Amino acid sequence: MNGLVFLIPVALGLGGLGLAAFLWSLASGQYDDLDGAANRILHDDD
Amino acid sequence: MSCCTTGFSQEAAVTTSDGLKAGLLAELELGARHLEDGTVNYLVAVPAMHCGNCILIIEQGLNGMAGVVKARANLSLRQVSITLQSAEVPLAPIASKLDELGYKPQAMGDAARQTKDETLRGLLRAVAVAGFAAANVMLLSIPVWTGADGATETLFHYISALIAVPAVAFAGRPFFISALGALKRRRVNMDVPISLGVLLATGMSLYESFIGGGQAYFDAAVSLLFFLLIGRVLDHMMRSRARQAASRLAQLASKGGMVVSENGEIHYLPLDGIRPGMVLRVAAGERFPVDGTIIDGASDVDRALVTGESVPVAIGPDMGVEAGTLNLTGPVDLRATRAAQDSFLAEITQMMAAAENGRSAYMQVSDRMAKAYAPMVHLLAFSTLAGWLIYTHGDFHRALTAAVSVLIITCPCALGLAVPVAHVVSAGRLFANGILMKDGSALERLAAITRAAFDKTGTLTTGEPSVSSTTIPPGEESSLARALAMRSVHPAAKALAAALRGHAIAQVSDLHEVPGFGVEATAQGRKLRLGRASWVAELAGENSPAPRQTNVAFALQGGPMRFATLSESLREGAAELVQSLRAARIESLIMSGDGAPQVEAVARACGIAEAHAGLKPGNKLALLQAAAARGEKVLMVGDGLNDAPALAAAYVSIAPSSASDVGRMAADFVFTRDDLSTVAFAHQVAVKTGRIVKENFALAIIYNVFAVPLAMSGHLNPLIAAVAMSSSSIIVVANSLRLQLLQSEAPSFHEAQTPLIMAHAA
Repeated sequence: MNGLVFLIPVALGLGGLGLAAFLWSLASGQYDDLDGAANRILHDDD
Repeated sequence: MSCCTTGFSQEAAVTTSDGLKAGLLAELELGARHLEDGTVNYLVAVPAMHCGNCILIIEQGLNGMAGVVKARANLSLRQVSITLQSAEVPLAPIASKLDELGYKPQAMGDAARQTKDETLRGLLRAVAVAGFAAANVMLLSIPVWTGADGATETLFHYISALIAVPAVAFAGRPFFISALGALKRRRVNMDVPISLGVLLATGMSLYESFIGGGQAYFDAAVSLLFFLLIGRVLDHMMRSRARQAASRLAQLASKGGMVVSENGEIHYLPLDGIRPGMVLRVAAGERFPVDGTIIDGASDVDRALVTGESVPVAIGPDMGVEAGTLNLTGPVDLRATRAAQDSFLAEITQMMAAAENGRSAYMQVSDRMAKAYAPMVHLLAFSTLAGWLIYTHGDFHRALTAAVSVLIITCPCALGLAVPVAHVVSAGRLFANGILMKDGSALERLAAITRAAFDKTGTLTTGEPSVSSTTIPPGEESSLARALAMRSVHPAAKALAAALRGHAIAQVSDLHEVPGFGVEATAQGRKLRLGRASWVAELAGENSPAPRQTNVAFALQGGPMRFATLSESLREGAAELVQSLRAARIESLIMSGDGAPQVEAVARACGIAEAHAGLKPGNKLALLQAAAARGEKVLMVGDGLNDAPALAAAYVSIAPSSASDVGRMAADFVFTRDDLSTVAFAHQVAVKTGRIVKENFALAIIYNVFAVPLAMSGHLNPLIAAVAMSSSSIIVVANSLRLQLLQSEAPSFHEAQTPLIMAHAA
């Protein structure tokens, strides 16, 4: 029971971190041009 | 990555007069966004962008220019976002630079200007939240199922509630809004039982948690939302992809015209600024923006998209032209007789609006199911409530628990996925084969057709003639004829140039085109002409009569007359399509605006028994409406403006990507390949999808047959609900994926991109 007291908040916190990261990446437009991103990796100077 | 360098040269012959460029700049200026720091942002459509290298070429080319703060290419949307230092920086050199690089800039269509798809973002946010909640609540549920003690169980229920309630409130909105909308219109869609199930599951679980009962269905509620939202996102992405592709095609159309004012200046006006009486200049290779009368110049017009006539018509002063017809050989001035909104085009649009009312009555199979299913579920829940009240002599809590658990277990998780997943998979299959689909209901309608009606010009035929026989002898004369034919954009000349491909190109001088007649040049001191027989005969030494059906003549000064006969070339796969439809017991017919001899020739070549010639748009519409009244479900395949009302009125319709704007808008499907056999493939996919959807419904209902008695008898618990829901959803998705196995005989997408010229040479 004692373990649960901090393990559950830790689990939820890590999950929440992932969720926040996804929402941020969505808002910053990282999914706007998926085809372009796949091709840009081939350019050295970008 | 050589794909970047082609594409431009072909277009150069047709367009790029200075007039067009001014028009383009004016349209781009309209879409400018002025930012707070004084910079200006323009969005430019660049349809020619194909690969990673294109991004590099465009960005390096533009970023080095004076006044450019930043240029960033978006390959998915085929557009470039250009930020300039201030509004004073001229746009013209940037547009020219793009043109030079081989990427013809184009103005954005209104629909495409909304670059950020807010609906998709909202849905993705909802998926993320629902996914987070589903994973964590499920994690907390497992200890409860495996027998946690009282205090832990209550604590876990509280934590679950804390996660699930906000998640349901946020992620459930798309369903709640849609359900409310349907109820307001006194209709029932699939979202009504979904919303009811989710809300009741959450509500009952909250109540149970606070009184300390063991029946919490938070996991069922949030995982249901998670699965359904994934289906919804897939569905949305499929449709916006098809819409983008369609609007990219629409950008090719002219949205205004060059107006010559009284003092001789030429400026660009958008379409709705053009008034009757204004004088417009239309260059060769452009479409007429409005109906008008020619006042100066001579040319040939290609009316195929408007009237369905396959042979170009010569025009001169005082003759009328319709909006949307293509000016082929020479620049002309015309006086607008009607404003754009009163043109021939507008009449067609009105006819379409009237015709489309019929189609909106079609109800999707999922909505039909919902209509039958929802009342049944509600009746079952109500009778459970009543039954338990009588059986327990008024124990309201137990009766209500049983009734709500019936609603939860019947909540159509698998039913909600049955249709969208199948549609998404088949839309993916169609897209890979060059067919764009507007929405899922079109697929259902395509599966049910009983007849197929085809337009001729541009649909069954390629719309471009080819030379079927010629009397031009090989050697010097063929070389000379080829040199002349290559100069013109007239379809007859293009066909002849393709037919004479094997011959050398002779040196000629003083080459010029005489609009309405043909091409003239000088070689070794002798004049030569290619074009209309009567005009060529003036030059020829003998005046031999032209054989019947001759479309183009050629002669050297004082030499004999030579002739070439043109015929329409059938699209690849036309005859095969008619046969494969016949094998599926669907008879075909032709509805064309062209003359009877041409129509009958094509009908014979395709093996079609029923052919109607000389039809006006209204006649086509009437034929389809008569067929509909007989109870026939007609597929209409057509491309022209004259087909648009028929495309809108037909039970389901398909247009090639070469179709007129209005035609493409009216059609349910657009196919981007030259090969007509893709239409047969679309029909196969539609039939197969219909079968898969029915199987999915059957699977979902079988699960209900087992689960509902458990719920009614009060033996349902959260573990059974979770297992049953997840497993039925997975089975439905797996069944839908079987559509991927369907083979197409058509070549892969990239092979189909080979230039048209190759096909003609063969």
